[in-house]
Amino acid sequence: MTTDAVTTDPTIDLGAGRRSGTATLAQARDDARGRADISVEAMPYLPPSSSPHVPAGVDPAALTWAETVAGPGYTHATVARGTRIRLEDVEGDACAHVVVYSALNTAERLNVADTQKIPWQAYLGAGHPLLSGDGRVLATIATDGAGGHHDAFCGVTTLAGNASRYGAGEAHSATAAGRELLRLAGTKEGLEPRDLPPSVSFFKGVRVAADGALEWTGAAGAGASVELIAEMPLTILIANAAHPLDPRDDYTVTPLRVHAWAAAASAPSDPWWSATPERTRAYLNTQQHLLVKGIR
Amino acid sequence: MTVTWATHEADYFDRSEPSVPGAVVLDEEIAPRAGWSAVVRAGHVFTLVDVGGNQSGDCLVFDAADHAERYSVQATLVAQRNAYLVDGSVLLSNEGNPLMTIVANEVERQDTIGGACSKESNTLRYGHHTRFHHACRENFLLEGAAHGLGPRDLVSNINWFMNVPVEADGTLGIVDGISGPGKRVALRAERDVLVVISNCPQVNNPCNDFNPTPLRVIVTDPGEA
Ligand SMILES: [Zn+2]
Repeated sequence: MTTDAVTTDPTIDLGAGRRSGTATLAQARDDARGRADISVEAMPYLPPSSSPHVPAGVDPAALTWAETVAGPGYTHATVARGTRIRLEDVEGDACAHVVVYSALNTAERLNVADTQKIPWQAYLGAGHPLLSGDGRVLATIATDGAGGHHDAFCGVTTLAGNASRYGAGEAHSATAAGRELLRLAGTKEGLEPRDLPPSVSFFKGVRVAADGALEWTGAAGAGASVELIAEMPLTILIANAAHPLDPRDDYTVTPLRVHAWAAAASAPSDPWWSATPERTRAYLNTQQHLLVKGIR
Repeated sequence: MTVTWATHEADYFDRSEPSVPGAVVLDEEIAPRAGWSAVVRAGHVFTLVDVGGNQSGDCLVFDAADHAERYSVQATLVAQRNAYLVDGSVLLSNEGNPLMTIVANEVERQDTIGGACSKESNTLRYGHHTRFHHACRENFLLEGAAHGLGPRDLVSNINWFMNVPVEADGTLGIVDGISGPGKRVALRAERDVLVVISNCPQVNNPCNDFNPTPLRVIVTDPGEA
């Protein structure tokens, strides 16, 4: 298409009505700066201490990350050992698909099979460790304010699946596939698509029937939350996207809130440390892995 | 064709035969505790025989042309809405595309949620005295390295002939097997796939009756009788 065609074709939208006073650089700069104070539902809060949603009992000054993630949307961070990460389902239809990696060596990452097998428990809940394939704990689910409405069986939706089911699945679509969002999040942490292992999902539940059937148990409701403890320097990818087994015809996902603050890694005094002999050894392996590196 | 038979024999071993007839493209035995890998061409049928009975064959599948596309337990289970692999189950990739389809299966249910054993996880499951026991993750890493794969490419796998029930309260684990000598599973490749198998060397749980035995792999081309 030639420039002439663009300027003479009246059917082409040139942004009519939105082009006001940005003809010069000074005007464009003023216009851009004039947009900065807009507040929307899904956005990061900076500094984190300025969050309008500081979790109860948390010193705002201790916050290191505060954000409301759009649905669909994604976020990611590399956090220090001992960081407490709180996820909240603000309106009752968030679904936080999470993958975690050791920031010391991202080849060490969430292993969902070991996370289910080693505690002899398929369902995620308070005290459940998120284990790597290297026999260590990447993160612990310290609290579960969602009554076990979580899932480690189903993972994320795919581009092809959402295109077939909803008409689109690209990251920029309103029906983004969880995998597309995790791909982007991972890329920004230096990871490639091959680095996306099976993931876990918070705030949408699945149970296995006696015959193996996967049964959807839905959400816990608005205000449900979980808190994770980073047991080692941790890279976390979070996609907020509709769950693959969500039975509703319409793609449904509402905002996810993330707060993180400096706290303590798990210690022998924590009940989950000694909840089972397997978990105790997982924490001991983690502790020694960090000890030998001079990390406490 | 290379045939490497096991180093020990038992009178109950049953090497059976291909589940789907056709020209034999490959017929090999995976020795107890060993790894194995090969590309299976689209349309060919891969038969795995549980020679000694209840011998877990830990299995990963990759698109032969693009190893970043690989078996996804989660995509597979979502599509079939069930936690177990049975006759007709389609192994889907992480992009939701069919890699292989189970076309014959002689075990009530095949496991894909139990994952692979590793030297590292053995220390959690059975104590630190097991640290120097051989494990499936070692086989996956060694076989994978021959194809340019590394630890980043190890994802949740399939355990042919292993039994992992999930109870109502979420309790899950490996219990005595429901396979037997000569039982088979067979899969048709839906595209060219790289299949990596670890003949599980575990000696701390019932995934192989505490007794690693051989597996037989036969690939047939049904189009060439
Ligand atoms: Zn094994």
